[in-house]
Amino acid sequence: MSFLSVKGLSKQWADTQAVSDLSFDVDEGEFIALLGPSGCGKSTTLKMIAGLDTPSAGRILLNGQDITDRAPGQRRLSMVFQSYALFPHLSVKENILFGLKARKVAANEQKQRLDRAVELVNLGDQLHKKPSQLSGGQCQRVALARAIVSQAPLCLMDEPLSNLDAKLRNEMRSEIRALQKQLGLTVLYVTHDQIEAMSMADRILLLNDGKLEQSGAPEALYNQPASLFVARFIGHPPMNILEKGDRLVGIRPEHIRLTGHSQSPNATVMHCDYQGSDTQICVDHQGASITLSLQGHHLLPQGHPLDITWDRQHEHHFSTQTGLRQTAPSQPKESSHV
Amino acid sequence: MTRNQQLYAWLLLLPALALLTAFTYMPTVATIWHSFTGSGMQDNVGFNLDNYRDLIDDDVFWQVLRNNLIYAAVTVPVSIVLALVMALWVNSKIRGKGALRLAYFTPTILPMISVANIWLFFYTPEIGLFNTILGWFGHKGYNWLGDPNLSLYSLMLMAIWKEAGFFMIFYLAALQGISPDLYQAAELEGAGRWTRFRRITLPLLMPTTLFVLINAFLNAFKLVDHLFILTKGGPNNASNLLLYYIYENAFSFFDTAYASALTVALLLILVVIALIQFGVIERRVHYR
Repeated sequence: MSFLSVKGLSKQWADTQAVSDLSFDVDEGEFIALLGPSGCGKSTTLKMIAGLDTPSAGRILLNGQDITDRAPGQRRLSMVFQSYALFPHLSVKENILFGLKARKVAANEQKQRLDRAVELVNLGDQLHKKPSQLSGGQCQRVALARAIVSQAPLCLMDEPLSNLDAKLRNEMRSEIRALQKQLGLTVLYVTHDQIEAMSMADRILLLNDGKLEQSGAPEALYNQPASLFVARFIGHPPMNILEKGDRLVGIRPEHIRLTGHSQSPNATVMHCDYQGSDTQICVDHQGASITLSLQGHHLLPQGHPLDITWDRQHEHHFSTQTGLRQTAPSQPKESSHV
Repeated sequence: MTRNQQLYAWLLLLPALALLTAFTYMPTVATIWHSFTGSGMQDNVGFNLDNYRDLIDDDVFWQVLRNNLIYAAVTVPVSIVLALVMALWVNSKIRGKGALRLAYFTPTILPMISVANIWLFFYTPEIGLFNTILGWFGHKGYNWLGDPNLSLYSLMLMAIWKEAGFFMIFYLAALQGISPDLYQAAELEGAGRWTRFRRITLPLLMPTTLFVLINAFLNAFKLVDHLFILTKGGPNNASNLLLYYIYENAFSFFDTAYASALTVALLLILVVIALIQFGVIERRVHYR
């Protein structure tokens, strides 16, 4: 029996279907990323699980109990908001203890949990400050501490890092992941950032237009995208998609290489993007625009001829009609020089 | 700051400063001066404390002061609580809240004189609205404005009706400034409706409450337009308020010196109230 089970969850407003017939299971201790472009229904899903939004249809089961109609406070879950949702008039300590006081937890128990949480998120000397005196990263830690002291087995996180700068985001990513493992938390993490999802999650649920597009381990989504949408969404720079007869062929930029002997070049450089560790080169290949990624610094002039190739095993095939993944047609040659 | 910047600063302050000096500070100083040196309508009869001696011996002054304190003590808290309740109500998800907000705000748009005229009709014996309604239930009604035991309370009722809608607007604006995330977070933490109100809404509304409180107290002492229409302070000063009594002394009894002394007393009361409010309450107010 899975820990959290979502069955046929739907949410519909007057004329828009935000979430349609979404079903998934989460095991205890799993870190699940709900990934998708903005407006795909991931935040709505999270809010319905939290009880802050009422589903139009479907059930939510936590630990085998149906919590669909329970009040948010009765669901035994905690949540970290994108805005942190810290109470501006309360000190850090009072913010963290807010829920324990509301639930009338005994004073010595409150103190124990507070001390532990503060140590875990490293907030020692900030306890008596007000949120307005803290930096974004520190606010984030207070929000985490508030989730930790509640000792709820399920923690929902709604884009918790999107208000932080890039460096801090990287730090907090690994910190949150480490905390989750240490405490054995089950985390449902909403994000639109694929790097966050790929680097933190045990499993990614990729949503598109209110529907589950693919679910699986990060490498599964990357190596075996179930549809054209997944192929285009996961990976940066995105997968190159070429039309080939009745099907679409996708090839990742890092799988394209130069043959070296350019007597018969098949592509010309359109522009180059130097990014430090590698250079992304956009070329014109038989009328199609293709991006390839080369290690190091390669600033090639526009119109420069190149001869590119890739291995057939790295090709992804999709149906033109449905956009779904297809098996590659058998071909005699091991490597194709296109 | 350089000399030029100093000059600019003073130039920018000048218009407001000139107006304040001409119409606020000068009259204040003149009033204080007059209260110590005037007698009746005469100026500069020499320094004397007669006006203040008269004030202490004046039974009407003490009655008017007591009236005004009761008036403030009742109208201020009642209208503030009412304003908060109305604001919470029209801020919730109910149908027709636009119409409701307008309905609550309408008394504020009306001038005090018009309001007083409307309420004069409500309060009139025999044909007035209140007594007509009471008559349906077989009650002979009250002489709302003519009964010395009732007239002050009748004025208060009207003042509350007029003020609450105005204060509601401030509370409504403040409520809409509170992020819904805070309530959601509190709800998830298991805080019930009452806890959310007590620990989030009330403290976050404290700056507004302070502002409204000061305004309400000032209005309780300086808004007397309705007395001209409804009771003229009567019967037998039962509904008289300090500012109206000052007006009577200055312009009906032509004793401007005594009116000056009364004005100084009023100013002192207002200063004390302001000091108490800023001193005591400010410390408990959280500003974002």
